[in-house]
Amino acid sequence: MSSLHTALIIAVAFLVVFFEATVGGFRRVLGAQVELLPSLMIYAGLTGGLPTVTLLAICGGLWLDSLSANTLGISVLPLFLVGIVVQRYRGLILKDQRFAQMVIGATASAAAPLMTLILLVNTQRQPLLGWIFIWQLLVMTIIGGLMTPVWFRLFGWLSGKLIYRSLGETSFRSDREIKRGRA
Amino acid sequence: MLRRPHYIALGIVVLVTVVLLKLPSRAATKLKLVISALYVPFFTTAGSTQKSVEKAANAVMPRKELLEQLAELQKQNQQLRVRTMQLESRAQENDRLRIHLGLPKEVLWKGKWGRVVAKDPANWWRTIRIDRGSRDGIVTNAAVITEEGLVGRVSDVGFTHSQVVLVGDPDCGVSVIIEETRDHGMVRPTASVPLDPSIVELNWLPRNAKLAPGQRVITSGMSNYFPKGILLGHIIDFRSVGYGLYTEARIKLAVNMNGLEEVFVFLP
Repeated sequence: MSSLHTALIIAVAFLVVFFEATVGGFRRVLGAQVELLPSLMIYAGLTGGLPTVTLLAICGGLWLDSLSANTLGISVLPLFLVGIVVQRYRGLILKDQRFAQMVIGATASAAAPLMTLILLVNTQRQPLLGWIFIWQLLVMTIIGGLMTPVWFRLFGWLSGKLIYRSLGETSFRSDREIKRGRA
Repeated sequence: MLRRPHYIALGIVVLVTVVLLKLPSRAATKLKLVISALYVPFFTTAGSTQKSVEKAANAVMPRKELLEQLAELQKQNQQLRVRTMQLESRAQENDRLRIHLGLPKEVLWKGKWGRVVAKDPANWWRTIRIDRGSRDGIVTNAAVITEEGLVGRVSDVGFTHSQVVLVGDPDCGVSVIIEETRDHGMVRPTASVPLDPSIVELNWLPRNAKLAPGQRVITSGMSNYFPKGILLGHIIDFRSVGYGLYTEARIKLAVNMNGLEEVFVFLP
């Protein structure tokens, strides 16, 4: 895991928040805005280290809250909790399977907003809640689940273009080389 | 179970969250504005790109269509001029009568048009961001309208951008009157959010209010935020609540909040 890979994830998180704030198509058509940071966190948790997860939670959460009416910092902890669980138990997850990616992405996309809401309610704020939230949560879950494999493909492509691959060790050893010819 | 580095990272994140949540509201607002300022170049670029696309689209518009639009606008302009003349004479009459009655002179609305650059990424708030800030004279709690009606009020002001909280958001209560019956009520957040975001609930209407669907609801001017007479919407239906003590009505907002592009912000 290179620092460039971490930087790429953080840069994409910045753009994701900008996309969520400026693109209103989902809101107009589906009646709900999508939340893509949890699915990105799943990618970071499955492929990156703990510093990547921590940095993504802090930066992504703060950027999201700064453009929202959320209390500043409220989205950081839910994002981090999603990331740390996935990062800790990633050995048990079939991370190369697209279906597994989608299921975990969908679960994270439902869990993170729910945790944020619980925190918000506990900070004396009164967010807009009603039956419509079930629909909004469903939209966030489905789109988040569908987007998770996309992150894997996107970052796979970006890594291939921008990051050098380390050469694998060869089995050749000069001290074991058989010199042919007459002695 | 988590390992030691995980506990350290969790501790750091919890500490950051607690510190941020415990910040005084003014400091938190300032910090928010500083962080959101990172997006200002992107908003500006997106705005200029949109303008370029619009210009390009206008350039390829057929001349016939443009002439038709021009004729239509000229017709509208003539009608509006006649209407303005009529309203000016009424305003003068109103001013004279106010002087006779000893009432203060009505202040004309002044403000600035701003472009909507972003909407709240969270589903549980109704706020927008506009490209006008303190450098344009925008102040906190200034009313925001469109030509269709009331939009909301300014909640946070940055140097170049401001956040506007829309009608229907929990932070935007509006004191209103029914234009026909002059009954007072309050548009405020309720526990049951309607499925349609263009519908809000009007509470605390008197129990004997003579309501009817289609009646106009306007701002009462009783709050410090909203001037009197701005259209909010029309009554859809109503019901008796609180064991018959009050009446509650549902209002269809005059402004389509999902389609907001430009808004007018009142200046002090």
